[in-house]
Amino acid sequence: MFAKDSEVVIRAKNLTKKYKDFVAVDGIDFEVKRGESFGLLGPNGAGKSTTMKMISSVSQRTGGELTILGKEPNTHGPEIRAHLGVVPQKDLLDRELKAWENLFTYGRYFGLSRKFLKQKVEELLEFAQLTEKRNSKADDLSGGMQRRLAIARGLVNEPEILMLDEPTTGLDPQARHILWDRLFRLKEQGVTLVITTHYMDEAEQLCDRLIVMDKGKIMAEGSPAALIKQYSSKEVVEVRFGTDKNEKFAPQLEELADRIEVLPDRILLYTEKGEELLTKIVDAGLHPMTSLVRRSSLEDVFLRLTGRTLVE
Amino acid sequence: MITQLVVSQAVAIQERRSARPGSSIYSGRASMLLERGFRAFKSSNWMVVLSGFVEPVLYLLAFGFGIGQLIGNLEDGLGRPVSYAAFIAPALLATSAMNGAVYDSTWNVFFKMHFGKIYQVMLSSSLGPMDVALGEIGWALLRGVAYSLGFMAIVTPLGLVTNAWGLLAIPAASLIAFGFASIGMAITSYLKSFQQMNWVTFFMLPMFLFSGTFFPVSVYPQWIQMIVQALPLWQGVELIRSLMLGIVDWSLLGHVAYFLVMIAGGLWFTTVRLKALFMR
Repeated sequence: MFAKDSEVVIRAKNLTKKYKDFVAVDGIDFEVKRGESFGLLGPNGAGKSTTMKMISSVSQRTGGELTILGKEPNTHGPEIRAHLGVVPQKDLLDRELKAWENLFTYGRYFGLSRKFLKQKVEELLEFAQLTEKRNSKADDLSGGMQRRLAIARGLVNEPEILMLDEPTTGLDPQARHILWDRLFRLKEQGVTLVITTHYMDEAEQLCDRLIVMDKGKIMAEGSPAALIKQYSSKEVVEVRFGTDKNEKFAPQLEELADRIEVLPDRILLYTEKGEELLTKIVDAGLHPMTSLVRRSSLEDVFLRLTGRTLVE
Repeated sequence: MITQLVVSQAVAIQERRSARPGSSIYSGRASMLLERGFRAFKSSNWMVVLSGFVEPVLYLLAFGFGIGQLIGNLEDGLGRPVSYAAFIAPALLATSAMNGAVYDSTWNVFFKMHFGKIYQVMLSSSLGPMDVALGEIGWALLRGVAYSLGFMAIVTPLGLVTNAWGLLAIPAASLIAFGFASIGMAITSYLKSFQQMNWVTFFMLPMFLFSGTFFPVSVYPQWIQMIVQALPLWQGVELIRSLMLGIVDWSLLGHVAYFLVMIAGGLWFTTVRLKALFMR
C-alpha cells in the first residue's frame, strides 16, 4: 500500500525535551526510512531513551517537530502507538500472567479480536522459540527468553516500526546471538527497527545507519562503516605499559602513529597497518606489557568524538 | 509474515476511534483491563480475597446477634422498632462494598504501579491513560460488588431485609464501591512509599467505627456530626440504611450525587496522575 523504500517514517526536527532545568534531548534532527534499521548510540544519560519515548508517543516533546508516519504524537498518541511495537529496556512482562497470556492480553489492549489473537499468539511463540514455554509464568523464564517474549509482545499488533531499547543488555553471549538472529529476520521482512544500544558490536551488527548521541545532542550520523572511516583509522593497536607509565611513553608513541589516545589503563594508537606499527614500537625499544592489534570500531568513533569511552 | 505493510488491524481500529473527542486519552477499551484482571485472578490467592469478605460478616455476627441481645430494639427514623442487627446490617453492607473496592484500588494498584509496572506497558499500546484508570477502577469496583452480593446473600435469609426497597441496596452498594474504587486509586497514584500507604489503612479504621455504623451519629456534638457526615462511608451507610429500612425520599439523591462526584473526581485525578507518571 505504501511500501516505498524511500518513505520517511520518522521525522524529527530540532526535537527537544526539557525536564524542569535539565535538557534531556537538545534539538536533534534525524529521519528514519521505511525498512531501515536505525540505531541510537550513546552512553547512559545521552538522551536515547528519552528520544525513544517521544517517538513511542508516551512522552511529549517540549520543542521542535516530530512526526511518525506523518502523524502528530501530541494529538494522535494512541493511533501512533497502534503502528509501533515497543520492547522496553526491562521487558516489563506481566508477572501475573503466563507467557502466552502476556501476548494475548497485550493484543487485546489494541482491541484485536480473540480469534485473530489465538492464531497470532501461536505464530509469535514459535518465532520467539517459546512454544514449549507457553504456559510458564514470565518470572520462570530465563533472561533471554523473557527478552524474546517482550519482543514477541511488541509484534502482536503487526507493527511497522519496532522500537527496541537496549535489546541485549544483561544477556549472555549466546542469548544475545539468538536475539540478533531474530531481529535480522524481522528486518528481512521489512520491519523498520529503531534500536538504542551502548554496545558497539551490536550497533555494527544490526544498524544500517545510526546517530551517535552525547548529552542530548547528535555527535555524528552515518552507517557504522562510514563513521569508522570518517572518525577512526582502519586498525588500532592497544598497548599497556602499566598504570603509571602510560603517560610517560605517550610522547614517543605519538610520533609513530597517525593519532593516539591515552586512557588510564592503556594507550590506543590509530593506524592503517597495525602489525607494522607494533613492530616499530618494539624496534624503538619500547616493550609494552601487553599489546593487541584489532579492527577499528564504533567505540573508537565515540572516543574520538567525545574524548570518553562509551561503557565506563 | 510477522508483520505486513498494509494497514494493520490495530491501526484500523484506532483510526476509527480517532474521530471521537478525547481519543488521545481514551480509546474506549477499559474493559480489556477487566479481561486482564480475570486472567490474573484465576491464579491468585483466593484466601486473601475471601478474608476481606468475611470481616463484615464477623462483625454482623458478633455485634448484631451478640451485643444486639444486650441492646434490644432501636427506633428507626419513623419511630418504628428495629432490631440492632437490622440497624447495623446496612452499614456493614456499605462497609463490604468499601472494603472490596479499597483493597484493590489501594494496595494492589500500588504494587502494580511500582513493582509490576504493568501500567507502563498498557500505555505503550494504543490504550490511553483514561482506559487504564477506568479499567482498574472498574476491576476494584467488581470486588466491592462481589463482597456486597455475598453479604446480601447472608443477611437476606436472616430476615434483615424487610421491604422491597431493600433490593435497591445492591445497586447502591455498587455505587459506593465505584466511588471508593475511584477515590482509592486516585489517592494511591499520589503515594510513593509504604509509610504513606499505611496512612490510608490508618484512616479507614476510625471511619469504619464512627460513621454511624454501630450507633447513630446523633450521639456526637454538632461539629463532630458535621465532620462525620462529610465522610464517604457515612454517606453510603445512610443511603443503604434508608433503603433497607424503607425510609425513602428525595434526600437520598443527595447521597447518590455525593458518590457521582467522588467517581468523576477520582477518575479524573487518576487519569491526570497516570499521564504525569508514565507519559512525561
